[in-house]
Amino acid sequence: MFQAPLAIVFGEADPPFSLMETLEEIKNRAELAARGAKIDIVVNPGPSQQSSLLIDNEHAIAVAQFLRDHPALAFDYCSNVTGVDWLDRVVKKTVKVKQVVDGVEKEVDQTTEETISGYLEAVYHLFSIKHKHGPLIIRMRTANRTDRARLPSLTPIWRSAELQEREIFDLYGIHFEGHPDLRRILMWDEFVDHPMRKDYRDPDDYEWEPTPHDDVLERAKEHYAPRPQLDGAENITANPQ
Amino acid sequence: MSATIQTAHPETEQPGRLPPQKMSSRLDGELLEISMGPQHPSTHGVFRMNVALEGEIVRKLKPVFGYLHRNHEKIGENATYLSSMPYTDRLDYFCSMTNNWAYALSVEKLAGIDVPERAEYLRIILAELTRLQNHASLLGFLLSDMGAWGTPLMYAFREREKILDLFESLSGSRMMCDYMRFGGCRVDADDAWLAAAKNIVDRFPKFLDEFEALILQNEIVIARTQNVGKLSPELAISAGITGPMLRACGVNYDIRKVDKYGFYPRFKFRIPLGDHGDTYDRLMMRALEMHESVEILKQALAQIQPGPVVNPKVKIRAFRPPVGEAYGRIEGPKGELGFYLISDGGPNPYRYRVRPPSFINLTVLEDLCLGHTVADVMVILGSVDIVMGEVDR
Repeated sequence: MFQAPLAIVFGEADPPFSLMETLEEIKNRAELAARGAKIDIVVNPGPSQQSSLLIDNEHAIAVAQFLRDHPALAFDYCSNVTGVDWLDRVVKKTVKVKQVVDGVEKEVDQTTEETISGYLEAVYHLFSIKHKHGPLIIRMRTANRTDRARLPSLTPIWRSAELQEREIFDLYGIHFEGHPDLRRILMWDEFVDHPMRKDYRDPDDYEWEPTPHDDVLERAKEHYAPRPQLDGAENITANPQ
Repeated sequence: MSATIQTAHPETEQPGRLPPQKMSSRLDGELLEISMGPQHPSTHGVFRMNVALEGEIVRKLKPVFGYLHRNHEKIGENATYLSSMPYTDRLDYFCSMTNNWAYALSVEKLAGIDVPERAEYLRIILAELTRLQNHASLLGFLLSDMGAWGTPLMYAFREREKILDLFESLSGSRMMCDYMRFGGCRVDADDAWLAAAKNIVDRFPKFLDEFEALILQNEIVIARTQNVGKLSPELAISAGITGPMLRACGVNYDIRKVDKYGFYPRFKFRIPLGDHGDTYDRLMMRALEMHESVEILKQALAQIQPGPVVNPKVKIRAFRPPVGEAYGRIEGPKGELGFYLISDGGPNPYRYRVRPPSFINLTVLEDLCLGHTVADVMVILGSVDIVMGEVDR
């Protein structure tokens, strides 16, 4: 699994984008401008060197406004907005620890397992049309994947997020608070699930004509109405009393 | 290096064209709600708009998406990196070459792959040919929407067919080319192909001159498009509008110049910019960009040298990019086409996201159409240049 380690380091190599400042400097300035904001740098281990800023949800609007309005940064153009689904996962870390074994100090590998509970993530790719630099990538994370899948909407800052946040709401189920028109966009309004989630299961049949088996059968039970015994007909109720 | 090209644009009032708000034929001011599409011939596919009308004037417009939705991104996440390549053809089926390039570019960023020189040249040649045929057919469709049934579209399709013949002889398919690969291109173009391409490129300005003389100074085209669907540069930037639609507002932003991907810095070309941001400027942008594409093509066809067309180090089987993420983008004919990929080290992407230009360009559709007549909606929608395969994915 792709780990997104939270560390306050920026890649050693030159930043691939022609940003005026490094990510570290942007982070410090944004934290000064939006009081109380907590920003972490999410290091991208791949060769693309596109590291990103993880912004806390309470101050997201203030940070976004700062990034857009600061004259040297001027990220006036939000190109891409997208969701990512991270399930519960276990991250194994191997650390060398000095231990005294039989009176001799030795370096021993110690493996720790850390369980990270799942969350949904919204990723914004920002560019500056004024200064022609970018991308600056900012991300926000929900508290969990179920009842607290809420994020502040950045549509008031960048209008280009309007349709794309609707799409994330539709396909990932993140509620964007402050979005002017949060409705399903690609799926139909009556649809109940969020198809881009990693644990999504297709309905047994989109036409509600069941041919269910296994875990699809469990899902299908929801739309079998319990029927009274008809004369002569066998009990076809999926959840018998 | 860019230059503002002044478009012919008389500021005079259009004769016979009343200010829109005075054209209401209804006295009670009640709004009539109608559904345009998804089977409307001018919606370029299965696109629907819910329109609230006061007489003939649009007072509200809500686009309805999703009729062609097949969750392209989910399919991309369940397929290997390479097997998504032919599927990108189906996004914007007019421009499969640029779709391929954007996807290949993103994967190359994700995995850190170099591309040989001849492949970069071939990519630029094919991308600019794609731009030519896309813009030519867009102008044809737009005129079709305005009531010039058939003839201009057939003129444009005549040229488009020549370019599609080139694509077919190179890749085996007219529209679903599936030509690019990670680290290069699938097959090499021989000298005969390059000569044929050069022949078509050399003759293209003749078509352009004829086409422009036919339509761009046409009185009806001017009456139908000038001062219709004006877009301000501030709104365009905020709403993430890209491509010719953004440059029609006078914003100098072309990813070929900004990101310097491929070998574009090696070529001399200008970025046409509009003055008014109206439908006529959007139409002009396409015409002017075709001239610049022809210039790029002439230079590229003169400079291309023999060599390998694919990086031999790239694995075709068991291709697994390292853990990480990448966002790659190109200047597609319709705007910024980007792919955002997250790799978890496996054979298929953990996240596969398409940033579709024509979907995001529709953000401002309501702003463009308010206060105009229903007939103008079709023209404005045509000038946005949408393809539903990309909008709904």
